[in-house]
Amino acid sequence: MKKLSTGAAVLALSTTAITSAAQAQDVEVLHWWTSGGEAAALNVLREDLAGGGIGWTDMPVAGGGGSDAMTVLRARVTAGDPPTAVQMLGFSIQDWAAEGALADLNALAEEQNWNEVVPEALQRFSTYEGNWVAAPVNVHSTNWVWANTALMEELGIEQPGTWEDFVAAMQTAADAGYTALAHGGQAWQDATIFDSMVMGVGGPEFYQAAMVELDPDALGGSQMVEAFERMATLRGFVDDNFSGRDWNLASAMVINGEALFQIMGDWAKGEFVNAGLTAGEEFQCFRVPGTEGTVTFNSDQFAMFNVADEGDQASQVAMASAVMSPEFQIAFNVVKGSAPARTDIDASAFDACGQAAMADLAAAGEAGTLFGSMAHGHANPPSVQNAMYDVITAHFNGEYDAETAAAEMVTAVELAQ
Amino acid sequence: MAATDPMLGGADFRTRLQNWLPKIVLAPSFAVMVIFVYGFIAFTVYLSFTGSRMLPSFDLVGFQNYERLFRIREWDTAVTNLAIFASLYIIICTIIGLMLAILLDQKIRGEGLLRPIFLYPMALSFIVTGTAWKWFLDPAIGIENTMHLWGWASFEFNWIKDREMAIYTIVIAAVWQSSGFVMAMFLAGLRGIDNEILKAAQMDGASTFQMYRRIILPQLRPAFLSAFVILSHLAIKSYDLVIALTGGGPGNATALPATFMYSYTFTRNQMGIGASSAVIMLMTIAAIMVPYLYAELREKK
Repeated sequence: MKKLSTGAAVLALSTTAITSAAQAQDVEVLHWWTSGGEAAALNVLREDLAGGGIGWTDMPVAGGGGSDAMTVLRARVTAGDPPTAVQMLGFSIQDWAAEGALADLNALAEEQNWNEVVPEALQRFSTYEGNWVAAPVNVHSTNWVWANTALMEELGIEQPGTWEDFVAAMQTAADAGYTALAHGGQAWQDATIFDSMVMGVGGPEFYQAAMVELDPDALGGSQMVEAFERMATLRGFVDDNFSGRDWNLASAMVINGEALFQIMGDWAKGEFVNAGLTAGEEFQCFRVPGTEGTVTFNSDQFAMFNVADEGDQASQVAMASAVMSPEFQIAFNVVKGSAPARTDIDASAFDACGQAAMADLAAAGEAGTLFGSMAHGHANPPSVQNAMYDVITAHFNGEYDAETAAAEMVTAVELAQ
Repeated sequence: MAATDPMLGGADFRTRLQNWLPKIVLAPSFAVMVIFVYGFIAFTVYLSFTGSRMLPSFDLVGFQNYERLFRIREWDTAVTNLAIFASLYIIICTIIGLMLAILLDQKIRGEGLLRPIFLYPMALSFIVTGTAWKWFLDPAIGIENTMHLWGWASFEFNWIKDREMAIYTIVIAAVWQSSGFVMAMFLAGLRGIDNEILKAAQMDGASTFQMYRRIILPQLRPAFLSAFVILSHLAIKSYDLVIALTGGGPGNATALPATFMYSYTFTRNQMGIGASSAVIMLMTIAAIMVPYLYAELREKK
C-alpha cells in the first residue's frame, strides 16, 4: 500500500514538474546493529541524512551475524519489495548481485574516487563484475589477541612474539590457576581462531590456497593437520565450561582478570572500553603470534537494492555518499571498534588499538596480505563456510583427531560446492 | 417425492441455502489448506530435485541433493540423535505419564491441585523450557554449582557440556515438558473405563495388579496410540528446544534433522539439500501416521 502511494506520488510529481530533479525519498534500512554502541553509531548516519532532508525508516532485525536479517530480506525480495539499503557481509553481497538484485553505484564511486581509497581486498566484495554495488562501512580484523595487562604483569609475561612463546605464556597462566584462553564454544568462534591457526602455520599462500581457492591438496595436507593440532593445543588452555558461551562473556573473563587471553575480532574492544579499560594500558591488543603482517578481515557494507523509483535511487546515492564520507567513517568506527574502510583517514581520533589496526590494514593492503576471514564469510561462500564450521567445531569438541579433521575438510568442502 | 429433494429446483431458496452453506463456508479454508499445506509440500518436494541455492531455482538435477545429503556427516549425526532422542522421549514420557495417571486415579486427596501442576509445563513453549533448563544444567550456575554451594563438592553433572551426553539433556527437558500432557491423556482414558467391569473383576477376586494388567491397560489402547502419534511428531519436528537449550552444540553433538533443515535452507544457501532433508522428515512422519490412520479408519467401519 505504501509502495503504491509513493508510486502514485512520484507519478504525480513527474507529470506536474517534469523539469525538477527527482525528489529524494526516505531510505528504508535493514540492519542488525541493535546493541547500544552500534545503534548510537548508526544514529550518526541517520542525522547526517536528515540534514539532507532524507528520512530514515529503521528496520532492525536483531540477531548477531545477521542470519535472521537475511531470512527477512529473502522474503522481502521474493515479494518484490526490497528495502533501500541492507547491511550485508561478504559473499552475501555477491550472491545478491548475482541474482541481479543490487543497484549500480558506479557514478558516485567514480566521482568520489572509491577505487583509490578502498583497499582492493574490500573492493572484491563491494563490486560485482566491476560495478560498485555496496558501500563499505568498516573493516574488522579478526586475528587479534586481547590480553589483560595486570595479569600479564603479575605472571611476568611479555607480549609473545612467536607461537611457542604464546603457548608458553598460556602455560604459565594455566599453572598459576588462571584460565589461559577465554573462549566461547560456538562454531563461529572456533572458526575465528582457526583462521589465525591456518594463517600462522602456512602463511598467506597456504591461506589463499586452502581457504579461498579450496585446493583439496591444501585442505587435506600436512599444514592443515598442523593447524588442527594447534587448535587442539588451544583447546587444552580453555576452561571446561566454554561450550555455548557468548563471545562477550569470554571478553568479560579477560576484563575481570580471570583469563589471560582471548582471540577475537576487534568488536571485542568495545567490551573492554565499555568496562572502562584503556587500550594499550589496561588491556593489550596484538596480532595472533604467527600472523603478524597479515590481516584477516570482515567488512560490514551497505548493499543498495534495485529500486525502480527515481526518488529512492537518489536517496540511495545520498546514503552511499554519506556512508563513505570521512566524518561518518571516523564517528562510526571509533564507536564500533573497527578500522575505517578507507585508507586515507586521519587516525588521531582512534585509540592505540584502533591506530594499530589502521596501520596494519594499510600495510597489509599494500603488501597484498589482506585476506577475507573464512570464519566471517569473506573467504568463501556460506555453504562452504558452514561446511568448514562443522569440521572445525567437531574437531575442537573432540570428535576428530587432527588427521581425520583434515580429511573431513576435503569431503565437507567438496559436498558444499 | 422429487419436489422435496433440496438439490432440485423445486426446493425453496432457504432450504437450498441451508444445504449449500456449510460447503460455501468451508470452501475458502479448504482451498487455503490445499495450497498452503499440500501445495507447499509439493513445492518442497519439487525443490528437492532442483539445484536451488539461495533462492528457489527450477533447473532439475535429479537425485543429486539426496545423494549429497546422505554423504554429509552432520546429517548422520542428526538422524542418530533423532533416533536416540525420539525413542527415549516417547518411552519415558509414556511410562511417567502412565504412572502419574494411575497414581492420580487412586482417588487421592488434592487431585484437583496436582493435576494442573503436572499439566502446566505443557503451557510453556519449548523455547522457555529450553532456556530454563539451560540454566539448571549449566555446571557454572545450575544444579552442579548449587550442590557445590551446599557442600557436596564431588557432585558432578555436566552433561550439557559433554559431547556424548548432551543429547540426553534434551531428553530430560522434553520429558519434563510433555509427560504431564501424556498423563492427562491417560487419565481421561482411565476415567472412561466402565466401573461395572472393574467391580465384576473385583468380585471374581482379581488383584489390583491383575486388574491393571488384564483389563485397564488393554482398554487404554487408543490413549497409547494417540500418545505415540503426538509424541513422535513432536520429536521429529523438535527445533526450538535444541536451539534454546544447546544451540546444537557442543560442536554439532545435538543437531537434529529440523535444525539441519533450517541451517541448510536458510543460512547456508543450499536450499536444495535443505528441501531434500525436509522431504525425508516428512516421509518419516508419514511412515508413522499412515499405518495409524489406516488402522483408525478401518476400525470405524
